[in-house]
Amino acid sequence: MAIGESSIMVGFSVIAALLVGLPIGTFLFLCRKGQLLENRLVFSSLNLIVNIIRSFPFLLLVIFMIPFTRFVMGTAIGTAAATLPMMVIAIAHYSRLVEQSLLDVPKGVIHAAVSMGASVKDIIFKFLYVEARSALVLSMTTSTISFISYSTIMGVVGGGGIGDFAIRYGYLQYRTDLMIYIIIIIVIFVQLIQYAGITLARKIDKR
Amino acid sequence: MITLHNVTKRYGTFKAIQSISLNIKAGEIHGIIGASGAGKSTLLRMMNLLEKPDEGDVIINNKKLNHLKGKEIRHIRQLLGMIFQGYHLVGNKTVFDNVAVALEIAKITKKDRTERVMESLRFVGLETYKDQYPSQLSGGQKQRVAIARAIVNNPKVLLCDEPTSALDSKTTTEILEVLKQINQQFNVTIVIVSHELEVIRSLAERVTVMADGQIYDVVDIEPTGVNKFEKGAAAFVEQLKSGGDTNLS
Repeated sequence: MAIGESSIMVGFSVIAALLVGLPIGTFLFLCRKGQLLENRLVFSSLNLIVNIIRSFPFLLLVIFMIPFTRFVMGTAIGTAAATLPMMVIAIAHYSRLVEQSLLDVPKGVIHAAVSMGASVKDIIFKFLYVEARSALVLSMTTSTISFISYSTIMGVVGGGGIGDFAIRYGYLQYRTDLMIYIIIIIVIFVQLIQYAGITLARKIDKR
Repeated sequence: MITLHNVTKRYGTFKAIQSISLNIKAGEIHGIIGASGAGKSTLLRMMNLLEKPDEGDVIINNKKLNHLKGKEIRHIRQLLGMIFQGYHLVGNKTVFDNVAVALEIAKITKKDRTERVMESLRFVGLETYKDQYPSQLSGGQKQRVAIARAIVNNPKVLLCDEPTSALDSKTTTEILEVLKQINQQFNVTIVIVSHELEVIRSLAERVTVMADGQIYDVVDIEPTGVNKFEKGAAAFVEQLKSGGDTNLS
């Protein structure tokens, strides 16, 4: 059950990162100085919001968001409620990594696309994401591992999960062996995600 | 074909292009030569509005390009192929897909795309490389792919920004030969920017010589004898104190 709760929290965070973080990161990149949609006000505002969310110590963000979580989810307690702050941090985290990944795409590729008459949508999907795809996969790998780490403290709002299980049944009941087993499971799981991410990124990188 | 009317481009207080007027005739190969920083690449990039002029007009087919809206500009750009010194291919796309993307942008159907991409690759002699990635190609082959990509949409004009500057002399000759064929077979107007006198001398019919963001001279190149270009270029070289070296940078 604890693994299921962790999977829900991490899974929804990954989905939020992909569906919202990816477009926000792309928009951040495009609004930068010298880029296609250069807009100082939009960039500065979005940049500030992303920075503020990422600056929060995660535990404090969860507590700070309790009123908002209660408003949106109807409750501030439980796995579903715990998922909301996870999704917020996931969006901010991945959008910054997306922006940085896109900055590595050679500017000349964008110039070539513009010279061919490409629209902004063409440039994003036919050039930027294609050229940055391995960096985007690696960024998602890093983000997912961070989400797993974040999910381990969601016991404070009754989110449950594997971290909460380790604290409740391992640490608080003096079952160090149980806590160590859970840590080993998490370490193995993280290693597998890292391995899968690196393998996929290498496979799709043809540059 | 292309007319630049009193175009000026500033970067801050620096005037990269100072009130230049120039007319490129349909079907000609027009060279633009000058030292690094003369403004020749900026001038070329204004022709497809990669750089927007702060003043003046860019006129193509009687349309003021700098007065058009986004969609219209994108449509005109599809008629203006462009190649670059750094090739600017998408590293994660195959040779075929790098060429096909120009047709995708122009919304050509998938069926027609395959035929036209292969035709374009055959023209540059790379049809057997269609499944390779740019990282598996030499510099000359990459530039050929870039040329195939630039001509696959049957452009009226091909803008070439220092296309041979990163290539050795043998490959340069091959690329210049391909450009000549494009001009002769398809009657494509070619505008080529280079800082190498030899490249301009062997390809261009008319040359704009630039210095400090202004036109120093516009001259015809005649096939034989010491013509006006030779005199103009020699004077230009002297002016730049580059000691008669064919590389002006």
